[in-house]
Amino acid sequence: MSLLGVYLPGSSAVHRTPAGVKLLALLVAGAGSVFLDRMWQVAAAVALVLAGYLVARIPLRTALRQVRPLLWLAVFIAAFHVVATGWERAVVVVGVIATLVLLAALVTLTTRTTAMVDSVVGLCGPLRAVGVDPERIGLLLAMAIRSVPVVVGLAEEVRDAQRARGLMASPRAFAVPLIVRSLRHADALGEALVARGVDD
Amino acid sequence: MPVIEVDRVSHAYGDRADRRVVLSDVSVRLDEARVGIIGANGSGKSTFVRMLNGLVVPTTGSVRVDGLDTRRDGREIRRRVGFCFTDPDAQIVMPTVREDLAFGLRRRGLTKEQVMARVDEALTTYDLAGHADHPAHLLSGGQKQLLALSSVLVTEPSVLVLDEPTTLLDLRNAAVVSRVVAKLSQQVLLVTHHLDLLDGFDRVLVFDDTRIVYDGAPTDAVAHYRALMA
Repeated sequence: MSLLGVYLPGSSAVHRTPAGVKLLALLVAGAGSVFLDRMWQVAAAVALVLAGYLVARIPLRTALRQVRPLLWLAVFIAAFHVVATGWERAVVVVGVIATLVLLAALVTLTTRTTAMVDSVVGLCGPLRAVGVDPERIGLLLAMAIRSVPVVVGLAEEVRDAQRARGLMASPRAFAVPLIVRSLRHADALGEALVARGVDD
Repeated sequence: MPVIEVDRVSHAYGDRADRRVVLSDVSVRLDEARVGIIGANGSGKSTFVRMLNGLVVPTTGSVRVDGLDTRRDGREIRRRVGFCFTDPDAQIVMPTVREDLAFGLRRRGLTKEQVMARVDEALTTYDLAGHADHPAHLLSGGQKQLLALSSVLVTEPSVLVLDEPTTLLDLRNAAVVSRVVAKLSQQVLLVTHHLDLLDGFDRVLVFDDTRIVYDGAPTDAVAHYRALMA
């Protein structure tokens, strides 16, 4: 079962900070991360984010769990940079990605989805003038968060079925049923949304 | 009780070259509190119930709920007719239990306080209070179906359609869902393969090969269905 980015109830200062402020901070951090090009800067950024986890009283183990899925991507990116630009740059690039993922996870771990949705809907309000439905964008965000554990669950089921049939390392035998089942899930979810009056 | 009128309804999927008829000339009037719907897979029962809240609009014929036509008044009908599907994972939209209960209410123009009050009431009524802030995907299968059901009921529909709600559940959880359904004041239409859930129902429709082939009391309908499947 995936516990990635799942809201952890609490009353810390991080929990109490308005969702809009946290999302804005995440946006600023994402944009500002392009200016980090020294190892000490990245180390300082990691320390700052981990301090956020400390203030939010979220265990270090939970924080590390948020970046674990990045492992293979990080290895690939690091290997590329070691060859192309040197090991120092590799550390900086991987460090920046890990910091941003940790920060994004800190936001979702300390913010109810409804609060994030309300903030996004509020921020997107002016887009109504050009025909964009802010409620629809908010719903999209909520469903994206909700779909992560569902797709992870589907992937686990497909992998188990693969093992049961002795197909240990077949990417195609893994990808095809996962995509088919994800699309079926999306269809069923769409039908459920209509049944709950979302399109009305 | 609300009155559901299905008048000479037929429905087909696909184009002319690959046409698959799923309902053929079905007419029925339902005003009982508890109506069961049984039949083999592919007999048309799921399409039939999907028509009752406008999820599927019939190719020909009409479906009316309290005089409202599903073709014309879809929005109002979906407010009156709640729908619960087989797989709760496909209908739980929000990440936590409390948020999913609030989801349908937030779209009904209620104040935040009204939404919170109704959610708290539903959490207590359906024994989900201990899981209010838990991630929905970490609930057991039975709890998920209970959440899916309560997320529909919290919006107070006058009709509840349940499409095989216990198919993925063990006997204990199926019994829990059954007990919740038994206590409801709403009109309930239940599609099921668990025939014992129909005990105490007022009327049961048996579907076979895109038509209603039997319409009567549960005992007789189940006997007819068993004979049909033998």
